[in-house]
Amino acid sequence: MIAELGQFLLILVLCVAVLQAGLSAAGLYFKDPAVFGFARMGAIVQFVLTLGAFAALTWLFAVSDFSALVVAENSHTDKPFIYKITGVWGNHEGSMLLWVVMLTGYTAALAWASKAVAPRLITLTFAVQSAITALFAAFLLFTSNPFARLWPSPVDGRDLNPLLQDPGLASHPPMLYAGYVGFSITFAFAVAALIEGRADARWARIVRPWALTAWTFLTIGIALGASWAYYELGWGGWWAWDPVENASLLPWLAGTAFIHSLRVMEKRDTLKAWTILLALFTFSLSLAGTFLVRSGVLTSVHAFAVDPERGVFILAILLGLIGGALTLFGFRANTLRPTGTFAMVSRESSLLVNNIFFAAAIGLVFYGTFYPLFITTVSDETLTIGAPFYNATFNPLMGLLFLAVPISGLMAWKRAKLGQLLKTLSPAVIAALTAGFIAAWMANAQPVTSALGVGLGIWVGAGVLSDLRSRTKLFETDFAASMRRAASLPLGIWGMLVSHLGLAVLIIAITGVSVWKQETRAFLEPGQAITLGGHTITLVDVVRLDEDNFNAAVGRFDVTRAGGSEHEIIASRRFYPVRGMYTTESGIDANLAGDVYVTIGDPVEGRGWPVHVYLYPLAVWLWIGSVILSLGGLLAILDRGRRSLSARKSSKGQAT
Amino acid sequence: MNRFFAFIPLIAFAGMAVYFWMGLRQDPSAIPSQLIDEPVPVFELEPIRGFDQGLSHADLEGEVVLLNFFGSWCPPCLIEHPMLMQIARSGEVPIYAIDWKDEPGAGAAWLERHGNPFVRIGDDQSGRTAIDFGVTGAPETFVIDREGRVRYRHVGVITEEVWQETLLPMVEALKRS
Repeated sequence: MIAELGQFLLILVLCVAVLQAGLSAAGLYFKDPAVFGFARMGAIVQFVLTLGAFAALTWLFAVSDFSALVVAENSHTDKPFIYKITGVWGNHEGSMLLWVVMLTGYTAALAWASKAVAPRLITLTFAVQSAITALFAAFLLFTSNPFARLWPSPVDGRDLNPLLQDPGLASHPPMLYAGYVGFSITFAFAVAALIEGRADARWARIVRPWALTAWTFLTIGIALGASWAYYELGWGGWWAWDPVENASLLPWLAGTAFIHSLRVMEKRDTLKAWTILLALFTFSLSLAGTFLVRSGVLTSVHAFAVDPERGVFILAILLGLIGGALTLFGFRANTLRPTGTFAMVSRESSLLVNNIFFAAAIGLVFYGTFYPLFITTVSDETLTIGAPFYNATFNPLMGLLFLAVPISGLMAWKRAKLGQLLKTLSPAVIAALTAGFIAAWMANAQPVTSALGVGLGIWVGAGVLSDLRSRTKLFETDFAASMRRAASLPLGIWGMLVSHLGLAVLIIAITGVSVWKQETRAFLEPGQAITLGGHTITLVDVVRLDEDNFNAAVGRFDVTRAGGSEHEIIASRRFYPVRGMYTTESGIDANLAGDVYVTIGDPVEGRGWPVHVYLYPLAVWLWIGSVILSLGGLLAILDRGRRSLSARKSSKGQAT
Repeated sequence: MNRFFAFIPLIAFAGMAVYFWMGLRQDPSAIPSQLIDEPVPVFELEPIRGFDQGLSHADLEGEVVLLNFFGSWCPPCLIEHPMLMQIARSGEVPIYAIDWKDEPGAGAAWLERHGNPFVRIGDDQSGRTAIDFGVTGAPETFVIDREGRVRYRHVGVITEEVWQETLLPMVEALKRS
């Protein structure tokens, strides 16, 4: 009964979305303002209906109704309740429904928050948004119905893939989707601007908070995914250049380029066509990220469902949305004339350079992700592109980009003076060079890479601090005056500074985790120990643990760190009988200097327990850096733009 | 000229779309078996509880056969089961099976309840044999020729359509050759 209700609600969503898209278009064509009110109302109705359908599916999982196909395939009565709920989106159908919930949620938020936007623009945006909703509601209903029944219904379900029974999964996909889907709003605005043939600084100001919101969610989502891989998959791999990971990185790169060029458009009313194109690209890559994974074009450990029929449907949707938008762009791009001009040395040109680097990075990752598939499609050869490719291409490119970060932040709009810039940044240059030399000298491996990584990180970090110092004139005037200056800096500027600081932390953490990691493995009997990097890891004992839905061998370890402090680590290996799958629950002793990471395997008669120990220096800073990075995004979202406008008027002529 | 530039993204996308289309045309469940036309992996499995005969690679030689991977824990296997019963009754081709990662006794109880279409069944509790075959999920079915070579791999449920249009013609062709 509940399943049928859910299905019915989903059908209603499709109807309302089609109706709204059609009515809005018709209303605009016949210039009838009556549709403008309906657009807002319709957006909210769509959201309420989808939320209802999602609640219905959640109910089916909560009560373990195995007559519903998705529940039978992905749940089990013995599963902990919390994973019954998160299991709602741990499968193809449910996660697609979540995707649509997010989509309508964003549309409803837009309805609520866009009172000040010109009616024509907002109605067009709603029309595009509804069209996207309609396409995906149809996709759900016709190829991935989450409410399909199973007859005869089994006594118990197949259980959720145990790898997905983890708090990481509870939060990773919703965050990622909130990011992907958030870019639908900027896409819809971009299409609306193209149809209207007008995009200006005002447009950029309206779009900016949406772009930043999506970007922030996507950043958090990717970080959660990385931490899930680090803790749960058991080989300490926080990033593996897996096609599915790349699929989330691609829209992130495009989105990052987009928020930077959006800033240029807002401030200087230029780079318009490029910014619009980036808006289209970002959502296109988000779509590709979500759906190519599911279509069978991309196969990987992550792929949930492979079904050619779905693939055709998805491809049709992608063709319609992306192809349509790019065709529109082809015809209309020329109507977007820039009014601002800028010199070679200016913030605009430095952000353009930023964008070129990002575009190149997108190209590289795109090539690395899809070229192997292309090769297998056209020939019998198989080919893998992995970390070495990205280390040789992507990393140097990013390194060059990072060099430009502090410079760009300090440059004045329109025309900047290099001399002044170098003077402000000279402490950062000295700090970076010193740090680089120290890193090369201290590093246990790869001194050059270490020096480059740490030097760049310190360069970006110290550059941000120099930037802040020059903005607040700290050490130039008295302290109270500097504080007042700091307090009156627009939140957008704070957002930039904080994000770039997070980036600096990430650069150093990534260097630590990937360049300085150490590992060793050995068979241990209880009482035996191994040492690595000055730390001693002793296996104390192994006990068997029986839980409702899994049993486990739990190893207890004593770790004596190089400094002498002692800690306990619990690492276990779980067996989930329903799926017949093993998972490795790594044990980690974390502190700010680095993680001691231990995994335990199946015992071998006469030799003991295979124990694998890794040292990941600075691993915690990956997560701290990600938090700082997203915090910067959040600060920038809170900047309503008006404040910066009035601040600029009151302090005219001064570089911001 | 400028007008032309604005269409470059569209042209690039069109190129990509064509390629994705080609990617889709490949049946993802039909490919990555490295085993096609290779002899079946060497294995020797115990019988499942309650049966006398186990299964080894040698049992699959001499005749065209199907080898089905199933498990009592697998709902799609239950969906597939009536079709397997029908194939067994038709006598077109004998079906051998490997009970994959099942609890001791669960496979036999399942066959007791739903009927047994299989000639012999091997018990692959550790899942090693399934790994050797490159099985990614149950059910999966292999067509094996007289010389004991894998000739085809079907991933997922054997429906009436799959049987009539793919497996049966292949079995008949192999029997004639």
